[in-house]
Amino acid sequence: MSLQIISIILGSLTLASALMVVLSKHPVRSVIYLVVTFFFITSMYIMMNAQFLAIVNMIVYAGAIMVLFLFVLMLLNLNKEVEPMTTRGAQLAAFIAGGSLFLVLITALKDTLILGQSYRDNDSQIGLVKELGNLLFSKYIVAFELTSILFIAAMVGAILLAKREKQIIE
Amino acid sequence: MQAASSIGTSLDFYLFVSFALFTIGAIGAMTRKNMIVLLMCIELMLNAVNLMLVTFSTYYNNGDAQIFVFFTMVVAAAEATVGLSIIIMAYRNLKSIDIDMYNQLKN
Repeated sequence: MSLQIISIILGSLTLASALMVVLSKHPVRSVIYLVVTFFFITSMYIMMNAQFLAIVNMIVYAGAIMVLFLFVLMLLNLNKEVEPMTTRGAQLAAFIAGGSLFLVLITALKDTLILGQSYRDNDSQIGLVKELGNLLFSKYIVAFELTSILFIAAMVGAILLAKREKQIIE
Repeated sequence: MQAASSIGTSLDFYLFVSFALFTIGAIGAMTRKNMIVLLMCIELMLNAVNLMLVTFSTYYNNGDAQIFVFFTMVVAAAEATVGLSIIIMAYRNLKSIDIDMYNQLKN
């Protein structure tokens, strides 16, 4: 019973902080709320016993990526006056479109097999580091090695793009 | 099978949260014009999909989906890096991160 209450509180807090990401006017506040959202998503991974992904989510997302966002935001020297906003009509259209999308997704959920199934039923041990490590370094070893190439390409690309050039446009 | 009374611990609750997160991310991507906030909304949608994959992985007791989530995180990190450096370069050229300023391809 208490587990249910914890789950519901965590879920609603996740959604509330995600809403604040979209609704807050200041971009720095958006980043902070996004970090909070990732913390709650990490807690949901822990609730589902996906320990490895919880740690990775905490380190990679809440740690590395969000710090990168914050750095870039500080670098660009923005303030509230230049924050661009959409018109009311566009916002209304976006909310209607998003609501329709949500309705379709919920309707699809209604017919799924797992409705009412508890994650405690089979007591999943698959999310532990040992199990996933065995899988990652046997079945998915090629993909794992290829990600290193992807990271090198991303790093070179980022350095090349962000380097200060002698005015390419003119 | 448990009864539907266990709404908090059931897996469809997590699916519901994941759908709602995806919707919030999509609405944010449509309503905001700041390029960095757009990128953040895309991250939000990626996380919603990750949450759904973990939910199904827990249900089917199959680790493949969690490996897939791991690779999604890797690609998201690379994507955020390159995207942010593109934003920095674009800001240097036009001194703005309003997405509507970057419509030169239209003309």
